[in-house]
Amino acid sequence: MEKIILFAPLVGAIIAGFGWRIIGDKGAQITATALLFLSCLLSWIVFIGHDGTLQQIHILDWVQSGLLDTSWSIRLDRLTAIMLIVVTSVSALVHLYSMGYMAHDHNFDEGVSYRPRFFAYLSLFTFAMLMLVTADNLLQMFFGWEGVGLASYLLIGFYYRKPSANAAAIKAFVVNRVGDFGFLLGILAIFLLTDSIRFDDILGAGPMLAETSVRFLWTDWNAANLIAILLFIGAMGKSAQLGLHTWLPDAMEGPTPVSALIHAATMVTAGVFLVCRMSPLMEYAPEALMFVTFIGATTAFVAATIGLVQNDIKRVIAYSTMSQLGYMFVAAGVGAYSVAMFHLLTHAFFKAMLFLGAGSVIHGMHHEQDMRNYGGLRKKLPYTFWAMMIGTLAITGVGIPLTHIGFAGFLSKDAVIESAWAGTAGGYAFWMLVVAAALTSFYSWRLMFLTFFGTARGDKKVHQNAHESPMVMLVPLGVLAVGSVLAGMVWYGSFFGDHAQINRFFGIPAHHAEASEDGHGEGVVAAGDALAEGDVDAAADAVTADIVSGDDATDAGEAHAEAMAPGIAPVGAIYMGAENTVIDDAHHAPVWVKVSPFVAMILGLLTALWFYIWSPSTPRKFMEAQRPLYAFLLNKWYFDEIYDVLIVRPLKSLGGFLWKRGDGSVIDGGINGLAMGIVPFFTRLAGRAQSGYIFTYAFAMVIGIVILVTWMTIIGGAN
Amino acid sequence: MENVLSITTFIPLIAAAILAIFLRGEDEAAQRNAKWVALAATVVTFLVSLFILFDFDPSNTGFQFVEEREWLLGMTYKMGVDGISVLFVLLTTFIMPLAIAASWGIKSRVKEYMIAFLILETLMLGVFMALDLVLFYVFFEAGLIPMFLIIGIWGGKERIYASFKFFLYTFLGSVLMLVAMVAMFSDAGTTDIPTLMRHGFDSETFSVLGFTIVGGMQTLLFLAFFASFAVKMPMWPVHTWLPDAHVQAPTAGSVVLAAILLKMGGYGFLRFSLPMFPVGAEVLTPLVLWMSAIAIVYTSLVALAQADMKKLIAYSSVAHMGYVTMGIFAANQQGVDGAIFQMISHGFISGALFLCVGVIYDRMHTREIDAYGGLVNRMPSYALIFLFFTMANVGLPGTSGFIGEFLTLVGIFKVNTWVAAVAATGVILSAAYALWLYRRVVMGDLIKESLKSIGDMSGRERAIFAPLVAMTLLLGVYPSLVLDIIGPSTEALISQYDTALAQGGTTATTAAAAN
Repeated sequence: MEKIILFAPLVGAIIAGFGWRIIGDKGAQITATALLFLSCLLSWIVFIGHDGTLQQIHILDWVQSGLLDTSWSIRLDRLTAIMLIVVTSVSALVHLYSMGYMAHDHNFDEGVSYRPRFFAYLSLFTFAMLMLVTADNLLQMFFGWEGVGLASYLLIGFYYRKPSANAAAIKAFVVNRVGDFGFLLGILAIFLLTDSIRFDDILGAGPMLAETSVRFLWTDWNAANLIAILLFIGAMGKSAQLGLHTWLPDAMEGPTPVSALIHAATMVTAGVFLVCRMSPLMEYAPEALMFVTFIGATTAFVAATIGLVQNDIKRVIAYSTMSQLGYMFVAAGVGAYSVAMFHLLTHAFFKAMLFLGAGSVIHGMHHEQDMRNYGGLRKKLPYTFWAMMIGTLAITGVGIPLTHIGFAGFLSKDAVIESAWAGTAGGYAFWMLVVAAALTSFYSWRLMFLTFFGTARGDKKVHQNAHESPMVMLVPLGVLAVGSVLAGMVWYGSFFGDHAQINRFFGIPAHHAEASEDGHGEGVVAAGDALAEGDVDAAADAVTADIVSGDDATDAGEAHAEAMAPGIAPVGAIYMGAENTVIDDAHHAPVWVKVSPFVAMILGLLTALWFYIWSPSTPRKFMEAQRPLYAFLLNKWYFDEIYDVLIVRPLKSLGGFLWKRGDGSVIDGGINGLAMGIVPFFTRLAGRAQSGYIFTYAFAMVIGIVILVTWMTIIGGAN
Repeated sequence: MENVLSITTFIPLIAAAILAIFLRGEDEAAQRNAKWVALAATVVTFLVSLFILFDFDPSNTGFQFVEEREWLLGMTYKMGVDGISVLFVLLTTFIMPLAIAASWGIKSRVKEYMIAFLILETLMLGVFMALDLVLFYVFFEAGLIPMFLIIGIWGGKERIYASFKFFLYTFLGSVLMLVAMVAMFSDAGTTDIPTLMRHGFDSETFSVLGFTIVGGMQTLLFLAFFASFAVKMPMWPVHTWLPDAHVQAPTAGSVVLAAILLKMGGYGFLRFSLPMFPVGAEVLTPLVLWMSAIAIVYTSLVALAQADMKKLIAYSSVAHMGYVTMGIFAANQQGVDGAIFQMISHGFISGALFLCVGVIYDRMHTREIDAYGGLVNRMPSYALIFLFFTMANVGLPGTSGFIGEFLTLVGIFKVNTWVAAVAATGVILSAAYALWLYRRVVMGDLIKESLKSIGDMSGRERAIFAPLVAMTLLLGVYPSLVLDIIGPSTEALISQYDTALAQGGTTATTAAAAN
């Protein structure tokens, strides 16, 4: 069944991409969509039936060289199961939605069959993403990682006649490759230190790595921190974290369903998934986790500030995505991996819906994307309006404070913020996220008010012809709306409940939880360590017998000191060290911490109301008063410009310089100079060359050599 | 078949002889016959070579199918293959029919053209099979001639300059190798390659005119061979002949040059440099590694600046060969496995990329990137295939290009993280230049008047690409096909290398420490 989930989208991609001439345009769309729904259905069966135990399914050997042993295989645990439903559900809905959205496209001439290609790319993307989340070793994950990069490249550049789309596609691929560069070095470092890149081996190697120091470039590093940081650089690229984020807004050049699927719900969350997947290693890399937290918090804030002033509806949502990804990284960075996954799950629902809703608006408004030309669309697009409203309520985090009742984003975002408070002792990350929550609320409501409220602006004709989208587009919106309302409440306990619930959900053995809860008793901590730190015997016993007795704990404590052998991976989809009590602490956060995101949300909403409903002239006045700040935000903190001046241009001119000067003047010049000694000979040859006798000479020369070597060899032999 | 190696090697030569002797006339029928004879000969060669593959025993790390007999003037004709060379033989026989098929549009001197290619095939096969020093040298050097002719006669406007540059570079490198071979013979008293591999050349450090030569004789011999192989590879900074040669060569010439001839350098390192002069190799490894790393970054940057499609791909080839030399001199299992894999894979990918250029060159007769744009509008199949090989070229996992790059990086990371990190920036730069090329040629709106009537690929063109696509995918998904064959031989090579260093290296290192 897992194999069907995995390969159905690939089959769909192949049939749609190559078989559409036979089965027709419509047939290709239906086939791809149907296969995706099959995959989705099976994913839900797997998810619901999953009991937390790890399953591994071998498919085929892959790269095997010496100790390096990798295969194509499926690793099915809770993390994978969560990602399976996220990926296949959103993908299936986006496929369905695209049947409506892509029905007409002014970017293509009449008679050009672009739809099968689109569906093939979508399905190909889904396959690559599934390979990523089901990987049982880092190399297969890297395959998926680059595979989604390829699909993203193809889909961003889908409108291949538009120069801006082509530029954005290349930018996305290349910037992602910068991250992949880090990821790749991380894999190499892991293999160097553990002789394996299979998760089974490396996830147990945390304790060993934490005590190993490794020479990398100019200095010695703590191995665990080095690996964690290198892998996180990969995550930064894929998940558009500050520094490697510049591709994401430009990626909005792709068709809107693509933005919903790839650049909101699935691909960009791969980085978060990677960090959670590596949690048994991350737990031993405290400095790296601090770095993750810092980058995540800063990204959340910066992206939210940029989102405040953007006018393109998709760009607002893109920056919103980037900001929410920052939230997830903060959760992972403070060690609350389950919370990161929680926000990933809920975000997938409401962000996909916001994008699809935006797509519905764009579709209805004849591909107008500038919100300044919207206004008062609530009557024209009633269903879309209500869907977007639910999405906005979810992302801004509306709910009843101090209870577990609210929209999906309310529960998961508050969980993130409380974890941030607990994990950083109310420090930088916490405040950044609270401020970002207020900004999120402001830009989300700004989007709603500019689009659906007020009076119609821009081209009158477009407004008159604005129409609600067809059923195939509205149904996915409805499904996602249900998810946006309920996802938080349904899964709150599993991701952010008490230990028993979380452990059961993620398949973490019970005694480990005890170790965490009674984390002050030395002996029990050691027991927890035994499992984590992977003395082979003690941990293996613990795994099989599921019991850690006091004796074992003592043994393990001793083994801890010499735990240099690669250990056995801790059981459970995520791992939280014995000292990691962030979720407990988060539950015990003071009331003011728990209500702070709610207050921030209200502030954002009120400001948005004031700016765009009560006093629509205020934004202009404000903008004129704060012109430099406005320009700074509108130009996205000038990241693109800075990169262009500091990196792109210098490299291009360096390339030209090396070619003309390096290859031309120095190397060829030098070699010509060298040849000067025998120049008469060669000029004579060159002269002959013109007259066509050159080849005779060539023959003569080489045959001469052959005779020479023969002769010398014989003489040498005689001596 | 006992003489399967010789049979494989000389079928093309016999076909060439038949063409030379029996085919008369320049009319269309004669041209067609020449093409068909050449194609048939290369296909038969490929089929025969499959026997080598099927009968090859990977677990045997020695030479197999060995043939040995007396030859002229008391010299020995000795052929054989091991896990390191056998796949190069297969690569050669696989590529040649495609190169011939890609030459179907040749109009002038068709017979001579085909003869040149057939002789070239024999000589290339000989290089990978020869187990005698003199025999190797004959094949290795004689291979220059047909290539030289192919560029010089059927090449572009600047063909004379390019063919001379090509000839001079490789020739100067060979002279040093020749001297080294004579020295080796006078030291070991034999030209038998397997014997020489076990010989253990003197590695006592000595000084000449005040220069201390660490690793002594071995270092000198290593350098002499290095001069020849580095040019063939080509390694930075002796790579500048390659872009010119590629640009001027006809499409099939470029394909053979990139896919097979370049591999002779890498093969030479594995056959001679590492096993015969381990101490010398050890001493000079840092130099070679840095040359490789610089090659990757330098040529990738230069590729960014190119306006000519073939030059861009040629520079990209140099960068990819940088991974090969880096992997070889990492001298561990993954490094060497990766290097061999990369060479095989690069044979398919770069060959295909030059064919891609050929497809549109045949239509528009220009290689200027600026002359194109928006081809996807009229050539969707071409766009797809070009995209596939572009992605393979940037090392996308799932294609064979990734496996080689990854394994060599794994190998080098164990040896030197600086080199590994510098080389790994290649994954970024290659994406930049390759996608930018693709965008300028294929993407965008089709606005140029001259391109308005350009046609998509013909059946013949598709048939040429199909096997290349299949191999690139197959090896990317299931690389064991290659790794299982080369693995044991690589392992033997590495352990022999390490043992030799453990014995001979001590003298060199202590001497170095003393200095």
